Amino acid sequence: MADTLSTSTEQTKKAVKKMKKRQRESSLWWMYLPSVLLVVTFIIYPFLDGIRISFTNWNGFSQTYDYVGLDQYTRMFADPDTWLVVKNTLLYGIGSTILQNIVGLGYALLLNRNLKVRTLTRTIIYLPVIISPLVMGYIWYFFFAFNGGALNDIYLWLGMDPVNALGSPSLNPYIIVFVNTFQFVGVAMIIYLAGLQSISRDYYEAANIDGASTWQKFKTITLPLLMPSITINMVLNIIGGLKLFDVIVALTNGGPGNASQSMSTFMYNLYFSRQDAGYAATQGVLMALIILVISMAALFYFKRKEVEA
Amino acid sequence: MDHISTRAKWLLTGLALIITMFHLIPFYILLTTAFKRPGDFSSKWLFPEYFSLENFSLAWEQANLARAFVNTFVITASAAAILIVFGSLAAYALARRQTKLNKYVYMLFVAVMVIPPLTALVPLYQLVVDAGLMNTRFVAVLNNAAAFMPLTIFLYAGFIRSTIPKELEEAAKMDGASTIGVFFRIVFPLLKPITATVLILSSVYIWNDYQFAIFFLQDSSVQTLTVALSSFFGQNTSQLGLVGAASLLASLPMIILFLFLQRFFIEGLAAGSVKG
Repeated sequence: MADTLSTSTEQTKKAVKKMKKRQRESSLWWMYLPSVLLVVTFIIYPFLDGIRISFTNWNGFSQTYDYVGLDQYTRMFADPDTWLVVKNTLLYGIGSTILQNIVGLGYALLLNRNLKVRTLTRTIIYLPVIISPLVMGYIWYFFFAFNGGALNDIYLWLGMDPVNALGSPSLNPYIIVFVNTFQFVGVAMIIYLAGLQSISRDYYEAANIDGASTWQKFKTITLPLLMPSITINMVLNIIGGLKLFDVIVALTNGGPGNASQSMSTFMYNLYFSRQDAGYAATQGVLMALIILVISMAALFYFKRKEVEA
Repeated sequence: MDHISTRAKWLLTGLALIITMFHLIPFYILLTTAFKRPGDFSSKWLFPEYFSLENFSLAWEQANLARAFVNTFVITASAAAILIVFGSLAAYALARRQTKLNKYVYMLFVAVMVIPPLTALVPLYQLVVDAGLMNTRFVAVLNNAAAFMPLTIFLYAGFIRSTIPKELEEAAKMDGASTIGVFFRIVFPLLKPITATVLILSSVYIWNDYQFAIFFLQDSSVQTLTVALSSFFGQNTSQLGLVGAASLLASLPMIILFLFLQRFFIEGLAAGSVKG
């Protein structure tokens, strides 16, 4: 009895092994091996190694360094710059997300109508998306610059004093939000347009028969059926805004001081200008956590709304 | 969407035109800035009363734009080729064979999309230095391909699942064709629309990349357009006309591509968002 039992488990084991082997073969793993290797080498391994480095005092170039436990983390939480930079990053992420979605939806609603100029308008609004954020930053620098900027030309014509908008710590984070929104509002607009076009006209006709007002139609038909587009836009824009780098480099280079620094530019400076690699890695871990938590929270929140709607 | 009066239509058209003009402001400023002579500090709202391309010729030479164009083009084209070949292959296996292993691998790619590339900066930099790949176009190609690979696979897999009939491949298999043969001769040609989307999206992304290029391509012989621009800007903060001309030149290829292939840009994004 015991014998037969053990042989049968043996057999099952063999069968399972065989099945696993067949499954491995039928996975066609060699087809994705190059892509997996690429992503592991350039993203996953460095990301995990960054977590390790965050527990060291490495300066970024010497061969030796020490493990310092949680020192870099306590340092990070005690560093007032950390909180300034986190605050800016959240402003860039959440501020541009709100603006891009409100304005993008407004544009989409307008261009969803059969207007003669709609292709032209759509093209121009989308155009900045294909331009490097660095270049977009420079162009807006021409606009906001203290000396010879286009904005100050208007101020001078009006007989007012020129403003140093980019040099003002209380103003320039908002300018960065504006420029980022301006550049990427076209993406939100296109996604909302696609969403609007997938809503059947029958709903609106039925609502018209019931004598619904424009606002009622928007609230009870358009908005709920647009939820999938809202989810995509929210998550895309939040991730994009929290990662902001190029525009800041072009417009303010994080200054004055650290006033407009985001986590990305702050990390870059810690590593390359201040040779503080261990600490830069620690800031990197915090940034990854913040992006992960906020984008996942947004995803779950809006996905749930989709189900309710 | 519903019936509106002619009057309302005119009002909305006017509104659309005002929005269009507002969005043209930066491009207008870019043009007035770039077409002035160096040293002309007149208002950025006005075009000069003469015609001068001096900023363009000076910027072209001083910023080494010719070399930067070649570097950017080589990096963009190579990375896009890698993305299309290996991305479509990977997506095919992951979309067609729903084994446990493949589900995990697919989840891995989706998870990677959330990792902000910059957080890997410190170790990545060290890795590249250790491998002796600092200041090579090769590392920029691989790095850009890696950064855009998850999205590429995501787009291809969605397209294969929703539009390529399995029967086609099964019939070819019966005729004794190998898996790879079936893929390249039968499946890949059918992926053309999504390949166009991947090509366009990845080209724009890689052409405009600054975050990685600034880390790995600091030597002037391998500089891409964005890196050349940023160092040129550093040297000419008071000569914005030069920076404007260089910016315009660097953006021109993508602007032309966009104006001619606009449908692919917009439809690709729209289709991706509705399906995803």
